[in-house]
Amino acid sequence: MREAQHADDAMISLTVNGRSHRVEAAPETPLLYVLRDDLGLDGAKFGCGLGQCGACTVVVDGRAVLSCLTPVAVLEGRAVTTVEGLGSPEAPGPLQAAFIAENAAQCGYCIAGMVMRAHALLSANPHPDEAEIRAAMALNLCRCGTHMRILAAIRRAAARRIAGAAP
Amino acid sequence: MSGPLLSRRTLVVGGALLVGAGLREAALPGAARAAGAAGLPGSLARHPRIDAWIRIGPDGGVTVLTGKSELGQGLRTALIQVAAEELGLAPETLALVTSDTALTPDEGYTAGSHSMQDSATAIRHAAAAARAALAEAAGRRLGLDPAGLSVRGGAVLAPDGRRLPVRDLVAEAALAVAAPAEAPLRDPAAYAVVGRALPRVDIPAKVAGGPAFIQDFRAPGMVHARVVRPPRAGARLADLDAASVAARPGVIRVHRDGDFLAVVAAREYDAVTAMRALAGAARWEGGARLPDPATLFDALAELPAERTLIHEAGADAPAPAGRTVRARYRRHYQMHASIGPSCAVAEFDGTHLTVRSHAQGMFPLRQAIAEMLGLAEARVRCIHHEGSGCYGHNGADDAAADAALLARALPGRPVRVQHTREQEHLWEPYGAAMLTDVSATLDAGGRIAAWDYTVRSPTHLTRPPRAGQLLPARSLAQPFAAPPPKALPQPEGGGDRNAIPLYRLPKARVTHDFVTAMPLRVSALRSLGAYMNVFSIESFLDELAEAAGADPVAFRLAHLDDARARAVVEEAAGRFGWGRALPRGRGAGFAFARYKNLAAYCALAVEVEVARESGRVRLVRAHAAVDAGQVINPHGIRDQIEGGVIQAMSWTLYEAVRFDADGLRSRDWSTYPIARFPDVPDRLDVHLLDRPGAPFLGAGEVAQGPTAAAIANAVRQAAGVRLRELPLRPEHVKAALGA
Amino acid sequence: MRLRRTGFGLGIAAGLAACGILACGTLAFAILAWRPALAPGGPAEAALSPERIRAGAHLAALGACASCHTAPGGLPYAGGRPIATPYGTLYGTNITPDPETGLGRWSLAAFARALREGVDREGRHLYPAFPYTHYAGLTDADVAALYAFVMSREPVHQVSPPNALPAWLSWRPVLAGWKLLFFRPRPFAPDPGRDAAWNRGAYLAEALGHCGACHSPRNALSAEVTARAYAGGEADGWWAPPLDGASPAPLPWSEDDLVRYLSDWDPRHGGAAGPMRPVVEAHRAVPADEIRALARYVAGLYGPEPRGARRGPVDREPAGDGPALARGRAIYAGACATCHESGGGAAGGVPYTTASLGHRTTLAAPDPRNLILVLRDGIAPREHAPGPIMPAFGAVLTADQTSDLAAYLRARFSAEGPWPDLPGTVRTLMPAAPAPGARAEARP
Ligand code: FES
Ligand code: FES
Repeated sequence: MREAQHADDAMISLTVNGRSHRVEAAPETPLLYVLRDDLGLDGAKFGCGLGQCGACTVVVDGRAVLSCLTPVAVLEGRAVTTVEGLGSPEAPGPLQAAFIAENAAQCGYCIAGMVMRAHALLSANPHPDEAEIRAAMALNLCRCGTHMRILAAIRRAAARRIAGAAP
Repeated sequence: MSGPLLSRRTLVVGGALLVGAGLREAALPGAARAAGAAGLPGSLARHPRIDAWIRIGPDGGVTVLTGKSELGQGLRTALIQVAAEELGLAPETLALVTSDTALTPDEGYTAGSHSMQDSATAIRHAAAAARAALAEAAGRRLGLDPAGLSVRGGAVLAPDGRRLPVRDLVAEAALAVAAPAEAPLRDPAAYAVVGRALPRVDIPAKVAGGPAFIQDFRAPGMVHARVVRPPRAGARLADLDAASVAARPGVIRVHRDGDFLAVVAAREYDAVTAMRALAGAARWEGGARLPDPATLFDALAELPAERTLIHEAGADAPAPAGRTVRARYRRHYQMHASIGPSCAVAEFDGTHLTVRSHAQGMFPLRQAIAEMLGLAEARVRCIHHEGSGCYGHNGADDAAADAALLARALPGRPVRVQHTREQEHLWEPYGAAMLTDVSATLDAGGRIAAWDYTVRSPTHLTRPPRAGQLLPARSLAQPFAAPPPKALPQPEGGGDRNAIPLYRLPKARVTHDFVTAMPLRVSALRSLGAYMNVFSIESFLDELAEAAGADPVAFRLAHLDDARARAVVEEAAGRFGWGRALPRGRGAGFAFARYKNLAAYCALAVEVEVARESGRVRLVRAHAAVDAGQVINPHGIRDQIEGGVIQAMSWTLYEAVRFDADGLRSRDWSTYPIARFPDVPDRLDVHLLDRPGAPFLGAGEVAQGPTAAAIANAVRQAAGVRLRELPLRPEHVKAALGA
Repeated sequence: MRLRRTGFGLGIAAGLAACGILACGTLAFAILAWRPALAPGGPAEAALSPERIRAGAHLAALGACASCHTAPGGLPYAGGRPIATPYGTLYGTNITPDPETGLGRWSLAAFARALREGVDREGRHLYPAFPYTHYAGLTDADVAALYAFVMSREPVHQVSPPNALPAWLSWRPVLAGWKLLFFRPRPFAPDPGRDAAWNRGAYLAEALGHCGACHSPRNALSAEVTARAYAGGEADGWWAPPLDGASPAPLPWSEDDLVRYLSDWDPRHGGAAGPMRPVVEAHRAVPADEIRALARYVAGLYGPEPRGARRGPVDREPAGDGPALARGRAIYAGACATCHESGGGAAGGVPYTTASLGHRTTLAAPDPRNLILVLRDGIAPREHAPGPIMPAFGAVLTADQTSDLAAYLRARFSAEGPWPDLPGTVRTLMPAAPAPGARAEARP
């Protein structure tokens, strides 16, 4: 529902989790707000809006991207994946299943961003060593101290892939 | 979480229609209340009725109620386990309702590691009583002795194979009565659900984008608000060009009440940009100056304080002869710094206000908001929704108050308020700066003969229930003043929490200097004063051991009588491999505490590495041994300890709120750095000493103090330097190392 | 791992070959080229007094020694850092006192010769990536203090990878030819007409800090053009701004600004990025009066009215309404404005931002590389200490989008005309930029 129309709103085509959407928004609108408020995808979280915490991380064309500072207009024709795209609470994807198996959440507010950062890492580097995992995750903050569980979940997901389990 | 706002005082959960409470104490006959309350365990003492905790719907669906909240500590899972165990039902069949002023018992705050002691204990007894009531009803029907009946799979089973579904017994089972003092509890030796590492029930939604947080709550017609706070506390709004902001597309209203300023828009991003414009359109004047950080501790030592002697032993004994050691320890202001800024959704229908919040106490919040708005408490309902981990009193209550004020201004529309990162950092109440002074005398045998300890601290509790505790209430045209700060009394204590050592001290004095001034807003941060007191006591114990030429672990054991304390110390030392040689530049450190001297026990052994060139300290590995009484879910406790160690490591090595005379400087993650993945230890092992049948002991905060002290003690061993100020700054390590 | 590039090696192969011919051709040269090995030795105990070590520590910080002699993530001063040149890669050497792989067998005389003459203990000429042209001016006392500092480090047994250079460049006497042409060692000469702080600053900048190694232009043979000292240069693929009257900085650099910039962050100009960042990082351990002295000298280099300072910060919506400009404006509004329009960190906006991007020298620079590199890589958080954080946009902006953004920033926040061939520079610096319309995502 709109109370007033913006003069500069535009129709923007977005592909999110394999589905095409047309969204009416000002081109500079950060992807985070479009995902949450227009597409009803709440996985990506607002943590800082300043590119400092990673809570809003999504994957664009295979790379981890901070949705709080990504104007939606730059994503025209690109493939956005959010944590909803990897599975659902009822049917979690393999990486999500690894997070569940390791109890890798305390409050869980940072976790969707962690999952997406890890997803981008494992897409680019299916067998990361410990230092590579820690370096790749360094920009995402967790205040609950869930780090050991998150690391274990990423190792578990990577090991599962090594073991040849279907993706 | 879209869908209509739940209609007032009704809720459908697990197939059961719950009709709003009225089932607190008042619903019980006076005599029953008195009788019921007497001697009942945990929160049952305040809410003795079985159906305050366990309700069964007409369809047999069972709902468990708690006045506590899920804060990311795994509370939901643990409480479901306890109820399932006693009811004899599968955990996945139970629904759980957490803190809601219209539905659940009032259990105050979810704080102080009380949830297991208070709520799980009450639920355990209430569930056992409910099971007995079901068996009783079935026994009457079947003409059998209820003792011979069991509850399983949604039915009561008789030894002869007859089976009565729970739903058929609902009408006859007497749940609207006080739980008996002696509930027929299950034998812990036969536990099938409690003690198991049941997967957390809330995690699947959190890893897959399911509705999980207040931040995700949606309601039809919901609008988005952002507040604009002054540049510093106490500043007044001198001038405002509201019209230009109100005219922005999408803006519904600019709301001003005194110095409380906010903007509401239909779309969230419009609210964000309008908030920035509004901040630019406001001119503020005045405001409080802050103390000079360079003289923070000198100033703290001079502030007026109320002195309380909280412990004295051997007062008449003469001062012992021997060697006296003294030290002063310091702790800077530190913050909760939740990853998700505070958020709330409120709706006012003209007479009733509903507030959805992630604050730690719905009942006190209701009281404060009712006072702020001049509404009868009965017309305010507060419902807990999960938020980002809070670790104490953060901005959640303030966001709830913001939302309540705006909802009243826009009746009929749910208003969602979310703070910015900067507002969260700048306006949350911090953990207090503190000073401790300790001296002790060692006798000829190297034992502690006398102990004198003073902790000097501002308050650690400025939470609601008073309206003046809500930040926006202080800015209104008719402002509410912040109530004078209060000390929390022993045995739990606030600034003096854990100030009394658990060690054998023949002659001891422990004093609390409660500082009544509060230059920076402070309140409860995970473990309150225990973090600093345990840091001080356990650092000093190492200093004494060193003076006595004793091994730190042996020195502790020589002063510990409590068998459970000794057990965790020995377990941590053993698992760690205490006493083994470490590589150059590394050191081992040890610390122990029993949280509040009445909750869980924790001993911690750590290995650190000190980088000579930078003075930086890295936690390499840690072994924690924990006794939390009867373990409900081992993974729940493990995760609390792991999280506590990592969070406290971050406090201990990196964190101090920065400020200068003009104001606060820690405004975001760039100015308040916390631990990141490369900083966390290579290994972190938690060893649980299960005590089947023993009371549940809260473990959520027990790791904070021991972590600080163990790291400081390890730095001493690795680098030869004793650091007595938190955080342990690399400059100090480096200076001590001599470039 | 990113490589560090220095001016060395920018020269033309033919020029060096000419040196080689010259070298081979003259006996005088052969004599010059040959330098004896010095006898192994180590420090006397007394040489390593704590005062001397402490003095050496802050001198080493002012020289930013660690930035070339420590590999990323490696042990301090143990070498192994790759230093890229157009001819190949050099590796920073191990300068810890390890006898086999570091300086453990170096006497003070050998250490001094290396610093001031560019010859190692074994008598080999050193590549001028090691700034002995500047260190030649170091005092004996400072050399001794630096020696005490390195010799008191933790010895690390670590062999640096062999330099990857063409054979003709690995033949070290070539370097003697280069020295013959360009190396004029002379001790630092104070200017009696200036105050002590200025002179100290001059010494720190010219000798120890080797500021000119990056901030001065180099000739075809990679030698600093002393006649145009501080007219701007480059480092590690970054544009190193001029420190003289040619500075395009929108506000003049005062001594106070430089004190803040060199030790932390300056709200009027912003802070260091790229190869200057480790220099500022190292300065944090330096006594304040040393930074003040350095700032006083550098502030004087700009002269009375540097070029950019006449203009002041620019911030005006660019004229025109082309689609590229509109795209750039939208990217700026969604990606940059949240922080960079918050009013400036000093005024209560997002920390570590300036009042507007019009304060940034980078946007007034003749060369867009610094902007593109910062957009691509962002500013990583400092370890455990307050400092700016900027996300890397290289993972999300395509090359075209980066060009649109950069062009918009240039048009809005500087008085200069468009950068020539901006898209070409972006494509060169962002070979791995996301492609527009890419849809395939590797599924885990
Ligand atoms: S919310 Fe995007 S990085 Fe913090
Ligand atoms: S789990 Fe709470 S912030 Fe990471």
